[in-house]
Formats: sequence, structure tokens, C-alpha cells
Amino acid sequence: MSALPAPRTTESLIQIRDLKKHFPVSRGMFRAPTDFVHAVDGIDFDIAPGESLGLVGESGCGKSTTGRMLVKLMEPTNGSILFKDGDYHRDVANVSGSDMKAFRARVQMIFQDPYESMNPRRTIFDTVSEPLAVQKIGRVHEREKRVLDLLRLVGLTPPENFLFRFPHELSGGQRQRVAVARALVMNPTFVVADEPTSMLDVSIRISIMELMTKLGRELGVSYLYITHDLAVARYMCDRIAVMYLGKIVEIGPTEEILARPKHPYTKALLSAVPLPDPTIKRTPVEIKGGISKAINPGPECRFIQRCPFAAEVCRTNPHPSLEARGDRHFVACYRVEEIEAGAQPTQ
Amino acid sequence: MTQTRKALSLENLETRQIDPTKPLLEVDGLVMHYKIKAGEVSAIEDVSFTVHQGEAVGLVGESGCGKTSVALSLLRLLPSNANYLAGEIRFDGEDLLSLSGEEMRQRRWKDIAMVFQGAMNSWNPVYRVGDQIRETLDTHYRGVMTYDEQRKHMERLFSSVGLPGEMLDRYPHEFSGGMRQRAVIAMALACSPELIIADEPTTALDVIVQDQILKELKRIQLEMGMSMIYISHDIAVIAEVTDSIGVMYAGKMVEYGPTKAVFSRPRHPYTYLLLRSTPSITGPRRQLAPLEGEPPDLLNPPAGCRFHPRCPFATEQCKTEDPPWVDLGDGHKVACFDYQRVPALDEALQR
Amino acid sequence: MSLPPMTVDDKAAQAGGGVHVDGASARELTGGAGLGSTPMWRIRLKLFRRSVATMWSLFRENKMGMFGLGLILSFALMAILHPILMATVWEPAIYDPVSGYDAVMTEYTVVEGEPTDPLSEIALERARLRLNPRIDAGEVVTIPTQPAPPTWTGETPHYLGTDAQGRDILSQLLYSTRAAFFLGAVAAITTVFIATTIGAIAAYFGGWIDGGLMRFADLILLMPLLPVLIVLSAVFEMTMVLLGLMIGVLSGFGGVAIVLKSQALAVTVKSYVDAARVAGGGDWHVIFRHIIPNVLPLSFLFMMFGVAEAIAIESTLSLFGLLNVPMTWGIMINSAQTNGYLLSGTSFWWLLFPAGLAISFLCFGFFLVGRGMDEIINPRLRAR
Repeated sequence: MSALPAPRTTESLIQIRDLKKHFPVSRGMFRAPTDFVHAVDGIDFDIAPGESLGLVGESGCGKSTTGRMLVKLMEPTNGSILFKDGDYHRDVANVSGSDMKAFRARVQMIFQDPYESMNPRRTIFDTVSEPLAVQKIGRVHEREKRVLDLLRLVGLTPPENFLFRFPHELSGGQRQRVAVARALVMNPTFVVADEPTSMLDVSIRISIMELMTKLGRELGVSYLYITHDLAVARYMCDRIAVMYLGKIVEIGPTEEILARPKHPYTKALLSAVPLPDPTIKRTPVEIKGGISKAINPGPECRFIQRCPFAAEVCRTNPHPSLEARGDRHFVACYRVEEIEAGAQPTQ
Repeated sequence: MTQTRKALSLENLETRQIDPTKPLLEVDGLVMHYKIKAGEVSAIEDVSFTVHQGEAVGLVGESGCGKTSVALSLLRLLPSNANYLAGEIRFDGEDLLSLSGEEMRQRRWKDIAMVFQGAMNSWNPVYRVGDQIRETLDTHYRGVMTYDEQRKHMERLFSSVGLPGEMLDRYPHEFSGGMRQRAVIAMALACSPELIIADEPTTALDVIVQDQILKELKRIQLEMGMSMIYISHDIAVIAEVTDSIGVMYAGKMVEYGPTKAVFSRPRHPYTYLLLRSTPSITGPRRQLAPLEGEPPDLLNPPAGCRFHPRCPFATEQCKTEDPPWVDLGDGHKVACFDYQRVPALDEALQR
Repeated sequence: MSLPPMTVDDKAAQAGGGVHVDGASARELTGGAGLGSTPMWRIRLKLFRRSVATMWSLFRENKMGMFGLGLILSFALMAILHPILMATVWEPAIYDPVSGYDAVMTEYTVVEGEPTDPLSEIALERARLRLNPRIDAGEVVTIPTQPAPPTWTGETPHYLGTDAQGRDILSQLLYSTRAAFFLGAVAAITTVFIATTIGAIAAYFGGWIDGGLMRFADLILLMPLLPVLIVLSAVFEMTMVLLGLMIGVLSGFGGVAIVLKSQALAVTVKSYVDAARVAGGGDWHVIFRHIIPNVLPLSFLFMMFGVAEAIAIESTLSLFGLLNVPMTWGIMINSAQTNGYLLSGTSFWWLLFPAGLAISFLCFGFFLVGRGMDEIINPRLRAR
């Protein structure tokens, strides 16, 4: 077992241990699958109450799959999701049935596409009050009041004007505000946000991000913020976890990771981000090739194909586990000290 | 001062003379309205900019600002309900808007080519990539190139975008996202155009692949002496690859100038607020400034300056009069009555 | 379970934006009464009416659809007209579509040999047989004729003539319209009901449920509808209701289910279905509240086509005399056939053409409405 990041407070809200999701590659209708895509392959992290953790990585790294597992849209193949919220202690990986309702009241999700995440035939009221309606909480006029409160909270004022509109009458930014309202209607303690601003115009992103941060602080909500945009992650998150091919390769406080990345992949990722300042010339760390799917991966380090610092130690040992390399900063790499000392790229 | 660069051509590698002071494309006072059932949408309103030989110009703006309409206008690819009410598009001195359909068809792809938004997903899945590129060559060079010449040319195209020649015989689903985008760029290069328009070329790509594609485009541009127009909503991308940039809002161009100048000294409130609402991974983690409101409905655009409903400095004049261009020197111009107040926004936002 | 309290920070609320959003504000919907006192169903009713009004204004611009609607309304008018006419102007003894009788006296010229025009000439031998053995060629005789050509004058006009049993064709035509609508409705609603449910269930659950239902649909597709119905009509006594149900079941489990399933599949992968599950919705909540409502527009489309198909099938079955119904358009043609007038071409046109054209035009009308609706449902077909 790896040495895990120590949580900031004594009680973590969420503890993920060895979470895995393997998808079978179908070999035909009647043959049992022998190949599996290791979309998420044993990840560990904690989120403290009120904390915002960013899960960053490129497409195919498993971040969206992780998010979906945390809200139980997908069942994990393995691992545990320990959720400790007040007097609600569960290993969510196994929860089902009537227990689900209590879980759903505490964990919610904000989706990426403001145009697709709302049923076009239902009013804003229906959409936001759906969690209440499904769990049969409150009477209709109580729900109305609740929805109005929430619409006001997310900045859609006067809320009466929005209550019975349909999604197509709202702009993208307004729809995402409704999505935030829907996520918060049950007063959850944990919200998974899957790229909530990537489909919005640049000038509107900030207002949605600020809204989420502000409400998170006021209502004591923790976030798992999934994004491929490191600049957004910097703005929104207290800590960042970098994923590659189903594994977390680096995790630590945001500013620490951005200023002192230690894993070769993190370095490459950060150096590839274009900067909105033409006077700065950045030097990208070159890594070759593109991301492949992790189908039946070998035991060695996942990054070995593309890593500019791949060496013998990486080939002969299993995939490195997260080790502490600084103040709450964990890296999964055998050659961290050598690279820091100035080792040259081998390829 | 001329720079000599190699250019890809059919017969042999020629050198294309590039004179950065000579304009290749001049858009002059372009006005275009779409006619729809509900009325007229004022999609492009008095847009002017110049692309010199060998220059990379960026068009930045949010959705609905008209940048893609401008790009499609350059190729005359807009639907029939698009009416050009004024202005000229001069390519090598010739007004493209006055050409007939057949004449324009001759120039399309040979003089100006385009990498469309989402083109990487528009590959026909049932044909090989090489066959689809050959279709382009057949359209323009039927009878002029033999099959072998076409094949050699395509292999050269692929190598110039960093793809191995044997991928020509593969199907689109065998390409990764980045490779598909490279193939699209290869197709745009097929007829050796002088100008390439890239509409959101890297929006759907991961950050590392995006970096590779942008480098590739830059290299192609320099090696082949081409001019480029980059269209994007991502300011960071535009900052890195362009020499000049035009900022568009609601169908109008609000600021234009050398990239470094516009980024370091933005003079239009919209440009400034756009820059201040873009998070960055470097620099101080400063307070970002959100832009209130939404872009206007172009069916009934606001009177006067189109930005005035969202502008923190709107005056009475802004609500009624359309601000004219003000030349700030060194090719930097802005369309705003109060541009001198823009640095003051910095302090105003510090509160 | 009561709602946990929330704090609302009014000061920090930002403006909703400068977008002009027209549509319903709560004030409008409740007529100023305020949200607390207006029951939800009333609000939903107003919203529903509003959306119907929007769809109608869209549909109105579609020439095809409006023409089709015009056709359908004309036939509806015909259906309504019949009982009114029977109650007022028409005498049941003569004009009843099934049991009326009217002998129209027509003049015939007696000719030698074969008559060239059967409507105005009669052969000598026949005249002698039927009337008077001493008739000579060249005389004009008046005999009652069935079927009689259209007569527009006189005490008992028959605007479309009479059939071989002396019954008024127009009356038959109007009377059958009702049956056609009824059958079409029963068949189409049954089809859509079954196909939508199956499609949604197959799409949502996937796996072997999907596979099983789709293989069953393939099986139904294999079966030729008409022969199956012919066989079934030998087993059951076919009434309109039964026929409608059978057509509905056989179509509903077949091709329409496959198409609606692919539409349901497109809905199932949308984020709002995920959002509903994250909200705590169970399988049936998602199916009935999210998937089916978004499949219904397409279902409605198929309903229009289904009506046309059902009417056409019914006329074919009636042509074979397999239905146990008093009068439909198909039976009109059937009676023409059994009396030997099917191939008479234009001489006895009123026995065939009114019924045939009625079938064609009513089916055409529904088809056009379906096409018109297709343009509304599929926004890409819409002209800007």
C-alpha cells in the first residue's frame, strides 16, 4: 500500500482506495472477454470537507470514469469509496437499494454540456426539483419555494421569471447556473463537477466558476473538479491530482504542483499549455506519441512508452506507487530525485 | 526585405518570394446580413483587416461574434440567404465578392484553403483517407496529374504534416484525433494555397496534441511561406501563434493590432475584460474579472456601440453613436470612444 | 422528510443576464394570483396550451402539412355530414347505405346484337326476355337499372349513382368515412403505444432484453401482414375494433418498434438521463418521464403513417370479403367486384372511383400531415 496523502482535517469526507474500473473488450456474442480496458486502475485519494480537488488529465485518462463512479452512475470493478458525512458512514462502492436515496441526497453532479443535461421538455422547475420529486420530499409548494430560493442563490433573478421556462429559452451560462442549482437542491456535501465550463463562452466561465466556489464555501460543499484545463483547475481547486492511463501520477496542493511539478508527465502537460501572454516563451517538454488505451497493460510504469526519462529501473519494476516528495506532495515515479538533480532525457 | 522560402508545388520545389510588407488579403468594410424568416441578422458589420504575405493573423471572439462568418465569406461558402451589403475582399488585388461562381471555384483551395471547425470529425468513415484527399486533387487537377504523381504529392503532403505515408491507405477510424487533424491540414495544403484559414484547429484536442499541432502549423507556415488566419475563442492559442490579432464582438471588429501590442496594452474594454477573464497557469493568481451579461441578439443589435450594455464605461454617446476607428500607431487601432480609460479598469477591478 | 435549511445571499446574487427571454413568467401563468395559490396542474395546462400554440404556428407555415390537414378535415366533415343528412334531408328507405333501395328508371333504346353503350342501350333478346316478347329494335323502354349512373335532378337525386343493389353511393361513401377514421385511430394508437414502450425498454435496459425484443421484432417483420390478417380473419370474426387491434399489435411489435428504439437509444445516452439517475430516479422514472416523452414526437409521426396504412389494409381485406362489417370503402369496391363490374372501366366508374379515391385521398392526407410534422420534429429539415 502506498503512503497516502494525509488529509487536512482529521476526518476526510471521502477516501478512495484502490478504485478500479475495467471494461471488457467484447470478443463476440458468445465468447467470454479476455481483454479488458483498464480505464481506472487502482487510484487512491482523499477529499476533506469543504475542499476542492481537481482531477486533471487528457482524454482517456479515466477522470470522467472516476467521477461517474463516485456518483454511482457506474459500478466500480474493485476498490472502496468510503464516505463519512456526519453520521453517514458507508462504503459507497457497495451501496444500493434504499440506501441509495440517502447517498443521492449527499452526493450530486454537475454535467459538462449545458444543452444536453436538461430534458428539453421539462420546465426549469421540474429539472431543479427532480431530486426532491423523486425522493418524495416536501409538498409541491414547499418544493416551489425551495427552487425559487435556489434560483436566487445561483443568480437567476427574479427567480419567478425562470421557474416555468424551458431550457431552450435560456442561454448556456444560465443553463449551467440551473445545473448548479439542481446539484445543490438537496444540500449535498459533495459535488462532482465534470468539466462544467468547457462548453461555455470564455467570458461566462468565470462567473460560473466563481458561483461554484462561493456557494461551495457558504454551504460547505466539497468538489471533485474534473477538467483537462489546468488554468481552470488552478483557479478552482485547492489540490490537484494528475491522471494518466487510469493511474494518479502526481497529487498535491495546486500552487505546489504548478510551480514544482515532479512527474515527467505533469511537466510535459504544464509545459504544453499555451499562455495568454505573447511575451513569455515557453519550452515544452517533448514527449512523443499520443495516448493509447490501456488494454491489458503490463505491470511496469504506464508512462514508459512516452516518458523522456524512462530507464532500466522503470522497466524492471512494477508501476510506481505514490510517494511523498514534499509538503503533501505525492509523486509516482522512481526517478524523481535523479530528474531533479538534472538527469538528461534518455529519449 | 524579402525572405526566400521553399514552397510546395506540383512540379518541383520552387522558392516562393515573400514580401511581408505586401498585403495578400484585404478585407475592407465588409458588411453581411443573413436573411431569415424573423428578419435580418446583422452578422458582420464593417469588418476590415489585412493579412500580409507570410503573416499569421488571429480572429478572436466568443460564439456569435461573426468570426466564422468572416472566414466563410473569404471562401464564399455562405448559404444563399447571406447578403453582402457593402465592402470588398481583395485577394492579390482582386475583389472576391465580384467573381462569378465558377471563377470563385477556381480560386477556392488553390489560392485560399480552410481547415474547418470540427473537420477532423468530418472524414467519411467508409473511404480511405488517401482517397478522400485524392478527391480534392481530382477536383482541381483532373487530367493534369497522373495517379502516380498524385500519390507522390500526397506522400509529400503527409510528410509535411508529420504523418507516415502509409497512413494514406488507412481509414479515418484508425487515426487518432491529432492525426486526423494533421490529415485535414494536409488536405488543406493539397493545392499549395497562399492563405490557409484555420477555424478552431485545436479546440477538440488534448493539450499536448494541441501543442504539437500548433507547432506543426507554425512550421508549415514558415517553411512554405504561407499566410494564415487563425480563428479561435482561446486567447492563449492566438497569443502564441499569431503576429496580429483582431478582436471581434457581435459582428464588429473592436480592436486590431500586433499581437504583442494588443495583449500588453489592450485598449478596448471588451479586449481588456476578455484578457482578464482568462485564467492562466503562470503569473500571480490574481482576481479574475467576470463579464456581466450575454452577447447581444444580432437580429436586434443594440444601438450605438454594440458592447455598451456590458461595458463598465458606457456613456450616453456610446448608447447612440457607433464608435469610429482610432489609430493608435504601429498598426494598432481600436473602435471605442473611451479607450484611454481602459488601464483604469485595472484599479477599478482591484477592489 | 423535511428540507434542510439554506442560506440565501441576496447581495451577492448576480443579474441573470441581458438575454431577452420571452415566454412564461410565473406571474403570467398564474394570472397574477401568485405561485402559492395556483395549483400546479393549472400552470402545466397553460404551459401545455402554449407549447401546442407554438407547434401549431410552426405547422401552419408548412404547405404540405396544411394541405394534408385540409384533406383530413374534409373527410371529417363528410363523416359528420352523414348522420345529419340521414336525419334531415335523406329518406332512410332510399338512402340508407346498407339497406336502402331505389330503382332509378332509365330509358334504354333496344338494339340488335350487342349494345355498344350499356348505359343507354339494351340488347333485343334481353329486352324481350325481361319485358315484352314482342318488342322490336329501335323502341325506347324504361326499366329500373342497378347500378344507376349519377342523377342530379328529380325527387331522389343520387349524386354518385347507385350500386348494383340500388343503394346510394354517396351515402355509402359518407357512412364509411367514420369507419375509416375509427379503424385508423385504433390501429395507429395501438401501434404507437406498443412500439414506444418496447423501444424505450429495449433501449434503456439493453443487453438480452434489447436483443430479445429486437429479434422478436425481426420475426414480426418477416411475416407478411396481409396474409397473416387473412388467416386470422378466418379464425376470428373480424370487426373493426378487432382488426384495428390486430394491425396495431402486428405493426407495433415490428418495424416501428425498431425505429423508435433507435430514437430512444439516442435519448438514453443524453446527459439529462444521467442527471435524472444522479437525482435518484429509478429505471421506470427515467423511462416514463424522460425517454418516452422525448420519443413521443417521433411516435406521433408514425401514428400518422399508421393510419394511412391501416385504412389501406382494411380496404384490401374488405375486397376479399373477409371483414364482418356492414359498409366500408373496401366493401363498396368488393360489391362492385362480386357483381362483375370491377373491370368495367369507365362505364360504371361510380362504382369504383369514389371509393378508391376516398381511400387514396384520406391516406394521402394523413401522409402529408406526417411529412409536415416531420419537418417540425426534425429541426434540420426546417427552412430558416
